[in-house]
Amino acid sequence: MVDTPPQHSPEAPRRVALFVTCVVDFFRPTVGFAAVRLLERAGCKVEVPPTQVCCGQPAYNSGDRAAAIAVAKDVVAAFDGYDHVVVPSGSCGAMIRVHYPKLLGDDPDWGPRAHRVASRTHELVSFLTDVCGVDSVADLGTAGTVTYHDGCSGLREMGIKQQPRKLLASIPGLELKDMLDAEVCCGFGGTFCVKYPDISGEMVRKKAETIAQTGAAMVLAGDVSCLLNIAGKLSREGHKVEARHVAEVLAGMTDVPPIGAAKGE
Amino acid sequence: MQPTSAAFKQRSRQAIANPVLQKALQNIRPGFQQKRAKAVAQLPEFEALRDEARDLKNHVLAHLDVYLQRFEAKVQESGGQVHWARTAGEACDAVLGICQAAGATLVTKGKSMVAEEIGLNSRLEAAGLTVVETDLGEYIIQLRHEMPSHIIAPALHLTKTEIAAAFMQAHVDLPADRPLDEPRALTDEARLMLRQKFLGAQVGITGANLLIAETGSTVIVTNEGNGDLTQNLPGIHIVVTSIDKVVPTLEDASTILRLLARSATGQEFSAYTTVSTGPKRRGDMDGPDEFHVVLVDNGRSSILGGPTQDVLRCIRCGACMNHCPVYAAVGGHAYGWVVPGPIGAALDPGMIGLEEARHLPHASSFCGRCEEVCPMRIPLPKIMRYWREQTFTRKLDPASARYGIGAWAWLARRPRLYHWTTGLAARTLGLLGGRRRRFKWLPMAGGWTAHRDLPAPEGRTFLAQWRAEEKRRARAGAP
Amino acid sequence: MSEARTAVLGEIRRSLGRPEVDREREAAAAERIAAHPRGLIPARTDLGQEGRVRLFIAMAEQVAATVARVGSMADVPAAVADYLANLNLPPHLKVAPDPLLDAIDWSARPLLEVARGGAAPEDEVGVAAAFAGVAETGTLMLASGPGAPTRLNFLPDTHVVVLRTAGIVGPYEEAWDRLRAMGAMPRTVNMITGPSRTGDIEQQIQLGAHGPRRLHIVLVDTPDA
Repeated sequence: MVDTPPQHSPEAPRRVALFVTCVVDFFRPTVGFAAVRLLERAGCKVEVPPTQVCCGQPAYNSGDRAAAIAVAKDVVAAFDGYDHVVVPSGSCGAMIRVHYPKLLGDDPDWGPRAHRVASRTHELVSFLTDVCGVDSVADLGTAGTVTYHDGCSGLREMGIKQQPRKLLASIPGLELKDMLDAEVCCGFGGTFCVKYPDISGEMVRKKAETIAQTGAAMVLAGDVSCLLNIAGKLSREGHKVEARHVAEVLAGMTDVPPIGAAKGE
Repeated sequence: MQPTSAAFKQRSRQAIANPVLQKALQNIRPGFQQKRAKAVAQLPEFEALRDEARDLKNHVLAHLDVYLQRFEAKVQESGGQVHWARTAGEACDAVLGICQAAGATLVTKGKSMVAEEIGLNSRLEAAGLTVVETDLGEYIIQLRHEMPSHIIAPALHLTKTEIAAAFMQAHVDLPADRPLDEPRALTDEARLMLRQKFLGAQVGITGANLLIAETGSTVIVTNEGNGDLTQNLPGIHIVVTSIDKVVPTLEDASTILRLLARSATGQEFSAYTTVSTGPKRRGDMDGPDEFHVVLVDNGRSSILGGPTQDVLRCIRCGACMNHCPVYAAVGGHAYGWVVPGPIGAALDPGMIGLEEARHLPHASSFCGRCEEVCPMRIPLPKIMRYWREQTFTRKLDPASARYGIGAWAWLARRPRLYHWTTGLAARTLGLLGGRRRRFKWLPMAGGWTAHRDLPAPEGRTFLAQWRAEEKRRARAGAP
Repeated sequence: MSEARTAVLGEIRRSLGRPEVDREREAAAAERIAAHPRGLIPARTDLGQEGRVRLFIAMAEQVAATVARVGSMADVPAAVADYLANLNLPPHLKVAPDPLLDAIDWSARPLLEVARGGAAPEDEVGVAAAFAGVAETGTLMLASGPGAPTRLNFLPDTHVVVLRTAGIVGPYEEAWDRLRAMGAMPRTVNMITGPSRTGDIEQQIQLGAHGPRRLHIVLVDTPDA
């Protein structure tokens, strides 16, 4: 089913539902507020549906399709009816946009709703650039030397690659240093990192090493889940690299301590 | 071959702790990834060719019976014989029967993953034949009594030091003080040793990368030329292959060949692509007197038509494992069967059973890099997900994992209770996180904290803070 | 008809949901094979004949083959002799009994020691003729036959292949058409792209694994055979 997103006019601001994700909600609320700041500055009216919980990936990736479908229906019910659903995560965004139609598409009642919500769902940064037409956050962003990790789902399922780099490049005094294998998985993988901790640990060891090699002061990504993994490894290995969600830097909200470290550590 | 996939977890842990393996695995990036990227960049039509090859193979699979019969008829027309085998055992029987009928004692062999799959060498050796692998990588692992750790680079898990040691031990007739430090010297020594075998063998066994229905031809793709020496010098050439390799025409073969070398080794084309049709003809100066094709099913016909059918499009290029971060961490042996890596995780449960192979489709972060590079556009993560769902439905995973997910889902469907619980937990952990904002250890998070710290939550959840923010905004009367 | 054959084909048909042998599908497959439609062909060979010859040379050299382009068949002995002399290789040729090569007067280079026939293990330099060269990837195509022993392409350390520029085609598909025009499928068609190589030790490429260490292509411009 094809759904045409509502046309935006300057008089009627886009009504955007923020799906903050369970990981941001629990670990990193700052990302939620950074998202709100960026969206409001792009002219959006932001609402946060209060019954939101999780996109359902833990069940979906564990093979519990029935539970994943049940959770997906709750999300669809909570987020149907908005102009757009915006998610500060490529992974959870892809779950809704790419996978909900597969989970619910055949259901005569839920299929059309799932398709509607899916087609209106965007990852935060690509929403700002591709839908809202934002091409600069020069007046907001935080300067510094950063490196960027491409989260897998955002990169491969949502096509996010240039969008965050474009907005970062608009920040005066921000220097982006490319890391080796920026597109290689950090080893988080949801339940994977718990079920196969040794393999996951080896993957994040390599990721932390390539990050440290750049000499950047900060590593950014579009998914807090990857960043929890990366930050945890960086601190364990004694690397003094701050880990932050890209939205924090774009919104200039870097006064809070970085993920998993004391401020200025 | 007897699989050991059920031991994946232990074996992957050993693999990560194995410094030789870890050093060898570092060769994947320059040896495979960078070369493939360059080759793909040099062919603007690469993506379109992937679509075409996918559609082509889907067409063949939908009419597999018809194309196989046509292939068989053409092999026979050109003087060859086709032997059908339902199982690994039947396939070995067929090969052994041909060897014994010819009174063979020495058999040379080109690299064949199907031969590995059916455990051909041990069967022939048990019957008293001497089997010599002639692909350099296969030769090395045969000397070490190992199985291949990669489908196109069987000795990928070794460095030159282990290879030199294996040669020193095996080639006792050569001077013990000879220099064997460099790949050049090792390659030359293998060339010298194997040349005698090529010339002495009575039977040569190869696999096939493709079968061509139009002509009844088998196609092998190699770089070393060992496959050609194997199949051309002895009096009997046996091709051990599987039913999923047939394509209709030489043109169709060309489409797949355009993808194969680029995806595998990053070459534009492999050094030797050889199309063989029947035994030697009247007047030919060389070539085998007998040509046999052993067509192995071994479970493939049951995969056909099912939810994992797409795995049958695989052309065994190895690109998925060359780009897989899990393979790069543990190598091929941990997977415990002939086909490792993402394609193994998608294929093996259907071949050796999900009970044995259940770890393989779970041991993936679903990063999607395999699907991104697969020349045949096999949706590998989707197939792994299918096996995970089967694992769950058939209750093959540990009860603790199932209950954990069940409890989580129960809570996730009760937003008020969920928010109350997570709110409490976030505040508690936020406080416990202290100034350093992280945990070196936490109860029930041992898997995580064994390898990395766990960042502490900031404190109050976003949703709790947002409720306050909304009230503040309402009071201020501004959005 | 073996039991296994019946069982495998039966299981395939069951899996495909088509339990019966289907004459219509058989006819459709036969038709597709007879038509052998071409798939997508890379644009890189959309060149005139001279462009294709140059592409062939460039691609062959990229994979460590060497190429000597000469004006006529009469120039072949010199091209071969010079190549061997430059590398200090023994001038002992084993030449395939191919009509094209039979026409060569090797006596123009008396230092060359020329024998005609199939390959023996001790042969050092094999000389063969290719029926086509594929410009797309610098690939030689050789067909086995009474005048073309396959072993000569693999046993000697040095492989010399004579190819007329008129034999250079763009993509593989054009070579298949030439092959079909030559009659029945030969026992062996060798597509050769550079000398033998391996990357099996630490993924470092070594030339001369089991097949020839060197591949030298003598391209002959005039079709004066």
